[in-house]
Amino acid sequence: MTLRPLGALHRRLWLPVVYWAVGALLLMAFSFPMVFMAVSSLKPDDQIFLDLKTMNAFLPTGDVSLDNYVGVFARVPVAQFLLNSAFTSALVVGLGLVVNSLAGFALTRVRWRGQTVVLGLLIATLIVPFETIAIPMVFLVSRLPWFSIDSAGLQFQEGLMNTYAVQILPFVANAFSIFLFAQYFKSIPRELDEAAMVDGASWWRVYRTIVMPLAGPVVATAAILTFLPVWNAYLWPIMTVQKEDLRPIQVGLQYFFQENVEWGQIMAYTTIITLPVLVMFLLFQRAFVASIASSGVKG
Amino acid sequence: MKFSKPGASVALVAVASLALSACSSPGASSSGPVDVSLWTHAAGNPAEIALIEELTTAFNESQSEYAVSIEDLPQASYNDAIVGAAAAGDLPCILDVDGPVMPAWAYAGYLAPLTVDSAVEESLIGGVKGYYDDTLYSVGLYDAATAIVTRESILSEFGIRVPTVDEPWTGEEFDAALATLQSSGEFENALDMGTGWTGEWYPYAFSPFLQSFGGDLIDRDSFETAEGVLNGPEAIAWGEWWQGLFEQGYVSTKESADRERFAEGTVAMQFNGIWAAKTAADTFDDVLFLPTPDFGAGAKIGAASWQWGISSACENPEAAQAWIDFALQKEWLVRFSNETGNIPATAEAAAESDLFQPGSPYLQFVENSATLALIRPATPAYPVIAKVFEKAAADIMNGADVQRALDAAVDEINADLAANNYYE
Repeated sequence: MTLRPLGALHRRLWLPVVYWAVGALLLMAFSFPMVFMAVSSLKPDDQIFLDLKTMNAFLPTGDVSLDNYVGVFARVPVAQFLLNSAFTSALVVGLGLVVNSLAGFALTRVRWRGQTVVLGLLIATLIVPFETIAIPMVFLVSRLPWFSIDSAGLQFQEGLMNTYAVQILPFVANAFSIFLFAQYFKSIPRELDEAAMVDGASWWRVYRTIVMPLAGPVVATAAILTFLPVWNAYLWPIMTVQKEDLRPIQVGLQYFFQENVEWGQIMAYTTIITLPVLVMFLLFQRAFVASIASSGVKG
Repeated sequence: MKFSKPGASVALVAVASLALSACSSPGASSSGPVDVSLWTHAAGNPAEIALIEELTTAFNESQSEYAVSIEDLPQASYNDAIVGAAAAGDLPCILDVDGPVMPAWAYAGYLAPLTVDSAVEESLIGGVKGYYDDTLYSVGLYDAATAIVTRESILSEFGIRVPTVDEPWTGEEFDAALATLQSSGEFENALDMGTGWTGEWYPYAFSPFLQSFGGDLIDRDSFETAEGVLNGPEAIAWGEWWQGLFEQGYVSTKESADRERFAEGTVAMQFNGIWAAKTAADTFDDVLFLPTPDFGAGAKIGAASWQWGISSACENPEAAQAWIDFALQKEWLVRFSNETGNIPATAEAAAESDLFQPGSPYLQFVENSATLALIRPATPAYPVIAKVFEKAAADIMNGADVQRALDAAVDEINADLAANNYYE
């Protein structure tokens, strides 16, 4: 008789301990690489390797300084690279949300012949790896008409190579984002559209004032899933942007892989480029978790 | 998300479009000297890029017809950038190319032949001249070389002979030296081969050992098969020797990329390139740079580093050639050697280089380069061969059956050759 309540008590006591212990282990597993990176960015190379086999690898021990950061800024135009990545990421996300939500809206809320086939074709494009179409895409963008504005006024040119546009435009329309919006829009009752239309609303007004205000979670999900690949873009900018002042942050990492690699500087650089993503995640943590949980999408 | 203001999204698109166009790169200038573009892989290498900039400024000031402008790209992404630019028809006029990759670019039509003065061409050392199909497509301002690095005190302590290029260690001598050093218990491993470095290091550094055994990466007479040379008896002997290095503990299978172990004293010898020579010489005052062993077909090391070429898309090839001719002057060859630590492109420049004066330990690299260097196979298939060889060498190192690993490598290389109609 007395055992049962004691067992329940034990469970009540142990469950939080197990919960926190597992949580702490997971936290360590996921945060240690970043702690190692940040701590190593403050050490000279020989200290990094000296500390590798001990817990000192995760502690600011030895000759700690900001020398690696000074070296990074002297070697690579980090600020320019950061600005370039921030600019291209912001525009791809901003334009992408508009274009892809409109496409998702047209594919689910507006009735027209062939919309299921079009959605199916869009989804089918997801199975084609980017690397497969990279060269044909380079060929294509190098022949697209474009314009620029300089001291001589409006200039027309062939090809988008070596522009911000080439890093942005091909990634605005995104089949996966369209699919996400389409799936989410399907869950919003059509009666809302019909009621608005009875009151004289246009499709544009339905999209803008009825559907999008209800689409917060999918907007957050689409924004994250669009932002990360653009922030991490590497292959595409290498092939289309050769001018240093237009280069994004990930390409800059390759500056450090010379014959004599300076690992401290690499750690400093990766810390610098990880910080914006980390800060963004911490700021929007709740929205990220809620949106990913609600859409069932893995990042 | 809530759009509170009408037309916000339309405005966003309009603003973005303007921003994109405003930030596009402006067109080329229409007056003054003709702009000639140059791409180099040297981004992130302060010494080399500073020198290329200085050289280019000097060239631009030496004449008024052309203005060469530099775009520096990081080495690791350089080849992809060239492939992308070629697809877009946007190749620069002057470009540098890694020696063994040059035939692939020449075959693909990226490069135009060079017209270097025959006397200058004659004076260049073999490793800096990039020939494909008997045509000169690229020239380097320097070459790299490899050597066995160790300390005189270590060799004398264990009674190991100091080899020379005229009388290198035989395979048996080298193996005996490794066994002695390993069994001494003074070192974790007798030798550091740098297997923690991946990519081109494997074929550049390790295929010369295969060639010293009498094997090769491809049949250099026909360039149409690897059968018999990469999986013949000599190649099998190399594979067994290579695997033995790790099985007997002479070399660790878990070498890291930092290659600090020679300086730390935990290995007795290191196989490394000239770029690491200064660190070794600064660490030990009795450092020795030695030729590689001769396993029967002569001691060998790899040759050909980064070289300069002219793209087939260049509208002013005479300007590009003028820049290359300017760079090949002795003054610049000496400067490149002094400031990058590499071997100058001519013997004349080497004689004036600070690094290679009589009595300098670095002279061994010049000697190795002059007498032991073997260019990697000049075939467009080389990028594939390099990757296949790297995999085979890594598999054998990790215990794969030697014959099977090399047969698989041959099959893969031959399949690529056949799929590309033997690059005819």
